[in-house]
Amino acid sequence: MATFTGQLINFLAALLLLIAFAMLSQRRILSLIHLFAWQGFILALSTTVVAYSTHQPHLYYSAFLTLVLKAFLLPWILHRLIIRLNIKWDVETMINVPTTMLVGIALVIFAFNLAAPISQLADTITRSTLGIAMASVLLSFLMMITRHKAVAQVVGFLAMENGLFFAATSATYGMPMVVELGIALDVLVGTFIFGIFFFQIRETFDSLDIKNLEKLKED
Amino acid sequence: MVLLSKPIMDSLTAILFSPLPIDVMLGVIVLWIALGVLGLFAPLSLRFVGHVLFPLGAVGGLILAGAGLIGMAARPETAVLVLGLPGLPFHLRLDALSAFFLVLLGAVSAGISIYSAGYFRKDEGTSPGMHGLLYHFFLAAMALVMLADDAYLFMVAWETMALSSYFLVTSNHKVPEIRRAGFLYLLIAHLGAIGILLSFGVMQGGHGDYTFATMRTSHLSEFWASATFLLALFGFGAKAGILPLHVWLPEAHPAAPSPVSALMSGVMLKTAIYGLLRVTFDLLQTQLLWWGVLALLLGLLTALFGVMFAAVQTDMKRLLAYSSIENIGIILVGIGLTLIFHVYALGALAALALAATLYHCLNHAFFKSLLFLVTGTVLHSTRERSLGKLGGLIRSMPWVAWLALIGTLAMAGLPPLNGFVSEWLLLQAFLATPSLPSSYLSMLVPVEAAAVVLAIALAGYVMVKFYGVIFLGQPREARLATAHDANWLERIGLGWLALGCIALGLAPVFVLLQLDQVTRLLTGHTVGATAAQSGWLFVVATTPEHASYSPLLFLLGILALLLLTFVLVRKLYHGRMRRGPAWDCGYPQQTARMQDTAEGFGQPIKQIFEPFFRIERQMPSPFDAHPHYQGKAEDKLWYALYLPIARLVERISLKMSTLQHGRIHIYLLYSLVTLLFLLLFTR
Repeated sequence: MATFTGQLINFLAALLLLIAFAMLSQRRILSLIHLFAWQGFILALSTTVVAYSTHQPHLYYSAFLTLVLKAFLLPWILHRLIIRLNIKWDVETMINVPTTMLVGIALVIFAFNLAAPISQLADTITRSTLGIAMASVLLSFLMMITRHKAVAQVVGFLAMENGLFFAATSATYGMPMVVELGIALDVLVGTFIFGIFFFQIRETFDSLDIKNLEKLKED
Repeated sequence: MVLLSKPIMDSLTAILFSPLPIDVMLGVIVLWIALGVLGLFAPLSLRFVGHVLFPLGAVGGLILAGAGLIGMAARPETAVLVLGLPGLPFHLRLDALSAFFLVLLGAVSAGISIYSAGYFRKDEGTSPGMHGLLYHFFLAAMALVMLADDAYLFMVAWETMALSSYFLVTSNHKVPEIRRAGFLYLLIAHLGAIGILLSFGVMQGGHGDYTFATMRTSHLSEFWASATFLLALFGFGAKAGILPLHVWLPEAHPAAPSPVSALMSGVMLKTAIYGLLRVTFDLLQTQLLWWGVLALLLGLLTALFGVMFAAVQTDMKRLLAYSSIENIGIILVGIGLTLIFHVYALGALAALALAATLYHCLNHAFFKSLLFLVTGTVLHSTRERSLGKLGGLIRSMPWVAWLALIGTLAMAGLPPLNGFVSEWLLLQAFLATPSLPSSYLSMLVPVEAAAVVLAIALAGYVMVKFYGVIFLGQPREARLATAHDANWLERIGLGWLALGCIALGLAPVFVLLQLDQVTRLLTGHTVGATAAQSGWLFVVATTPEHASYSPLLFLLGILALLLLTFVLVRKLYHGRMRRGPAWDCGYPQQTARMQDTAEGFGQPIKQIFEPFFRIERQMPSPFDAHPHYQGKAEDKLWYALYLPIARLVERISLKMSTLQHGRIHIYLLYSLVTLLFLLLFTR
């Protein structure tokens, strides 16, 4: 039983990493948001499995919260945003996609290397997934760096939060409920604020390209 | 009643019915804070803030001074306030040294508060209520600085003092120069605070215990003790205005409203002296000779520098600010001398030098506050700060003029007023230096004594200029003739401070007896018995054969002489007196502008000490129909020290600013690289 759930968690973690790479290579914003929703769904699923196998009832709540918030609510908000802002078009990346992928692979190796000593010390059943969690955090970071459009950066930011959440479940079976509720609220509020900013940025510069923000620099 | 347990009841009744001085002082501090907050309820009401709150603050000052006098004679008292951070309460301690400076604070601030009650007008910068809040917080913070018994409370109070005074300085913040002056003051105050913080850090020696009681017991090696002293000298020197950290004084004092200048110059500078004495003599257990020599030389330079610049100023408040620098220099000379005597175990002489130093602190607080307040009234009634446009005010403002005369004479160091006594005592201490074991020092110190005398004499020169140009002669502008005198609240404030100058001058033996506790605490010796050995009439510095001075007899002599002259002139000569025009040197017409100006009066000093100034002159051409002359004597240190540092900072910042692209990607990349770096190096 334990080995089965362990395998299942590893499988889900692998999917998570795959989605992170897919996001890195995805050029269309709409697909990016779909991928983000899938990531949230898998996160919720893996949290449920951890909750089931370790008998931690509070993880069920946080799995439910993740499902509602990250698989449905946030993607829905983002979806509405891009429809209202009319930006379904392709995203230009700063560096071309193959190079980005190569850098991403380097980051994954780095993250695994880093997590190896910690994983050996841990006695949780999810210990092997810490490296994947860190890798997805770093990959999301990389995505934020390489994208031009503000929406893509926000998706990257939210994906990074997903990675952190996964790291928390895999390393210590989740954070205390209060902290998780707080973070969930923060993410939600953050998304609203980003949404407002999108409109402001577009109104000021007629575009959502954050290249325009360079003009704000003081000389 | 039932709810309170017996020990609490006992201590409450003890506080209510037989309060210790420290309880009274805490009460005054609470009163000041409450007065400040109350002012916010009617921030625009001049009547409420001016005529109710400020006089109450003055009463608080008097109570504080009284409690301080009692506290000076009593044994040290401690108290612990459970405020601040959890597990880190505020420690308070009242010993003779803090009590002395609290007397100074209370007595001088009482005069300034009652003056302020009548000073503020409508539509002058900050609203009266806000002003009252900052003013009373400033007072409370200064009192707490002197009561603090741990570095934590000390720094909290110190920074509160700095911030509240910063806002007071910039109360007329719509003027760009005032904002600039305020910034300079805040900058140097913070630099100083860093120095003080570091010196406390060194003194606690890694115990993590920042109470002064622990610092007193720790034994530092010579190196670390010197580091502490130098840091403290830097930190407190920045607040006191010791060379080369004096630059904020001539900027901030003219910018501030006059009562604030008076409070800052009279009292706040003394908190720095208090801190320096506290660290050097109380917290540090060993003192080294070279500290004393350093303080002596630095004090001397400061005094000479201050008085030279005061002599060439044309703005009356800048002049007083530079003269404050001079007085701080003299006080520092006194501290240096005390250190030298103390290290050589010449206890009686150390006590004498220390008593002179403390006495001078007290005197300077009284006469400098008085003079700053005088400039406030002159400023209000003439709207003029430049000496070149004042003159002849003794006729339109007799009250202010006569009270200012007392302050001027006191500051010029003329008997029988207070300035003379402390300077005389300091020089007596200097004259005792041949008894020093080191031949170098006993050769060097008399030279310095001569230089101190030069500074004191030049201070007299400066004061003649100050008083003569403002109050004597003819009004240089027509509107000065209608200037109105101080109102009655201002007169009370000025009168109180003038009375202090006279009393401190006439009763030196009494003052020295009171100072005994302080000198015993810091040097282990007293001067009171020596001073009083020829009775209460004569004050004696070392031995009666050497020198003694009786201010009362001097006063009586002067009065008798005056009376005699008056009688002779009036009775014997009166019949042959005739009034006529003064000899006009052959000029057909004389105007008020032909009088000696402030500029002209300072000219000899400018000529003699030319290398010390950075002089800019604009000479008019001889064919100019409207000749215009402008001369500016500037501080060389500003150009030689401050501007290079500012330029260096600017250059480094420019280099750093290339990091700022305004591109979010690059910023994110910085974060990622930092994260990877930290992950790599902390694994």
